[in-house]
Amino acid sequence: MNEKQSDKLASKKKSNYDLDLLLKLNEQMLLIRRFEEKAGQLYGMGKIGGFCHLYIGQEAVVVGINSALKDNDTMVTSYRDHGHMLVCGMDPKGVMAELTGRITGYSKGKGGSMHMFSREKGFFGGHGIVGAQVPIGAGLAFSHKYKDEKSICVTFFGDGAANQGQVYETFNIAALWSLPVLFIIENNLYGMGTSVERSSSTDNFATRGEAFGIENKTVNGMDVLDVREAAIEAVNYCRSNQKPFILEVKTYRFRGHSMSDPGKYRTRDEVAEMRKNGPLKALQKLILESGFNENELKEIDNKIKLKVNEAADFAIESKLPDESELLKDIIIE
Amino acid sequence: MPALSPTMEEGTLAKWLVKVGDKISSGDLIAEIETDKATMEIEAIEEGFISKLIVEEGTQGIKINTPIAEFSDSEKFSEINNDERNKNVINISNKGVTEEVKSTAIETSDKDLTSSNIDATKKITVREALRDAILEEMDADNNVFIMGEEVAEYEGAYKVTQGLLEKFGDKRVIDTPITEHGFTGIGVGAAFGNLKPIVEFMTFNFSMQAIDQIINSAAKTLYMSGGQMGCPIVFRGPNGAASRVAAQHSQCFASWYSHVPGLKVVSPWSSEDAKGLLKSAIRDPNPIVFLENEVMYGQSFDCPISNEFTLPIGKAKVEKNGSDVTIVAFSIMVGKALEAANELEKNGINVEVINLRTLRPLDLETIINSVKKTNRLITCEEGFGYSGIGAEISSLIQENAFDWLDAPVLRVHGKDVPMPYAENLEKLALPQTSDIINKAKQICS
Repeated sequence: MNEKQSDKLASKKKSNYDLDLLLKLNEQMLLIRRFEEKAGQLYGMGKIGGFCHLYIGQEAVVVGINSALKDNDTMVTSYRDHGHMLVCGMDPKGVMAELTGRITGYSKGKGGSMHMFSREKGFFGGHGIVGAQVPIGAGLAFSHKYKDEKSICVTFFGDGAANQGQVYETFNIAALWSLPVLFIIENNLYGMGTSVERSSSTDNFATRGEAFGIENKTVNGMDVLDVREAAIEAVNYCRSNQKPFILEVKTYRFRGHSMSDPGKYRTRDEVAEMRKNGPLKALQKLILESGFNENELKEIDNKIKLKVNEAADFAIESKLPDESELLKDIIIE
Repeated sequence: MPALSPTMEEGTLAKWLVKVGDKISSGDLIAEIETDKATMEIEAIEEGFISKLIVEEGTQGIKINTPIAEFSDSEKFSEINNDERNKNVINISNKGVTEEVKSTAIETSDKDLTSSNIDATKKITVREALRDAILEEMDADNNVFIMGEEVAEYEGAYKVTQGLLEKFGDKRVIDTPITEHGFTGIGVGAAFGNLKPIVEFMTFNFSMQAIDQIINSAAKTLYMSGGQMGCPIVFRGPNGAASRVAAQHSQCFASWYSHVPGLKVVSPWSSEDAKGLLKSAIRDPNPIVFLENEVMYGQSFDCPISNEFTLPIGKAKVEKNGSDVTIVAFSIMVGKALEAANELEKNGINVEVINLRTLRPLDLETIINSVKKTNRLITCEEGFGYSGIGAEISSLIQENAFDWLDAPVLRVHGKDVPMPYAENLEKLALPQTSDIINKAKQICS
């Protein structure tokens, strides 16, 4: 998108969105950005171990989708899950403490980055096996329908998972049984280090449900307002028709697949180019055009940084799980 | 009597649909036969007149290949001599049979059982006991539902779910496509969503398609969530060898699933086990792997009829007291162990037989107490010996009751080969009663 087009779009949007909404989206995206930056830092310091998959660059996806949901809707995703938890309203302290493997973490330090849950906030993980969350999300949608809750389950997965067999088994059943599940394909162009063109026979993931009669749409995931608009439509479709829908969101991750990613599969130039059109920049431009000034934006950023620093301090200062935790939570007695 | 399933050995002639003198054509329904799985209508494949109904309506236990009726080319059948009769013994096809649910129609659900007759029993098949367990628990809790291949309209590939669709409707008795990985994951998600799914695998061999969801999602999520994400789900279906269905349909997965923390693994033998344990499994807040056995489905045992009846998961049952050697077994091997015990009695060897019932958590205490009495232990399982249940028990006993042993623990198990199809080879591959007898003689010598 060139500068001119962007301006045109911005002016169109300005009239449609109120400033409060833009600020709210900004705050959520910024919280994810700052949280992830801090997580990366803590990983580098050895405070976070194992696998840690950052969401930087993809913030507009989950923030845009979430802005279209109701409180009782549920969400399930893969292992790149920190952003999803934060927008669901999970406490950054508890998430960060889980990353550092502390008893105060959402999973008492037993799950780590990839495995966190909050029934209270409607977040059902955090799943470490590529594609496994897809039938689970359809199962949650099944439970909503069974109990006549009018809720939907938003099920996120990536372009990599989109080639897993269980995804298609789930598409079939979700369509066959009319389950209120919204499949979000976060296409960030790389499944770990393998580009879409090297892994997938076609690069259009949205239409992969067509064989099962599932309606779909593709949207630019670098623009949170575009994502939001598409999400409102998709969510309404799922809820009112009690049917599945596939929304492919084209996005990009600015950081590596995990912390140990050498990044040899894409060029620095490519990453730099994508960063120029980052989702936060686009949104903040709109906010500034709406009469907000740089200082006011900076103030919001500082507040968020403070919140994230508090979460990091909490995560580092919290205790490791007691050794007695080792054998707890295996079976419900 | 035609063989109408791989495991059918005998049948009941439920009803004649023709009478003597009737003209029959190919494709006409002539009788209803209760097999080990279902009541099925059988068809004639030749034309003629019914000259004699050899077997009376209601006769049970008719071995396969037993003549059940005769037909004649002419109406003057009375003149037919015996030789001709033998030639014209009715030939019935099992092709295109229609299946009906009559013999095992639901009876127990509406009974108003009081606590005073909680001990009352009735002879029912393992199949009926399983169905009663599901039915009673679905009656008691609206969040319980059953899903799987052919569980609804077909009424179960092995007829375990007979009558359930009719009673509960298609919201709660749900046919799935043949996609184990997908529907198992959906079941797990539904359990996370506070429902109580019963997922039927047509056989546990097919659960291999879905094992990731069973292990990585169902079993581990409670722990990974710090206790938040319980997964109250039952995975059930026939496990182990059936009869003549070869390697891909004849494996015991008891040791596979028992290996995994976060799962409970239950394996019933009798009707009482089937009903009591399945009801407990459905009520349990944890993921349960419930390993049934196709060969056992048609066998009958006395079973408590009360819908209050349950059996505790994690407790074994001493099926027979004895003093010379302890034999532990589960599922179909319990019957073989009891047979062996009866034979061994004649040789002066007094056997204690333990029906494990649950494989995880294992009732080690009952085994140890028995070993303290008999000082000898034999384990029995149908599955492969290597890394098997017997290997685990043997290890646990040497760790916990070594000083009580007078002889090394011996194992009876399936041969270390994929299951062969040929009848003679299959028999060689499976552990037989004679193997148990031989091991018992060895350990007591």
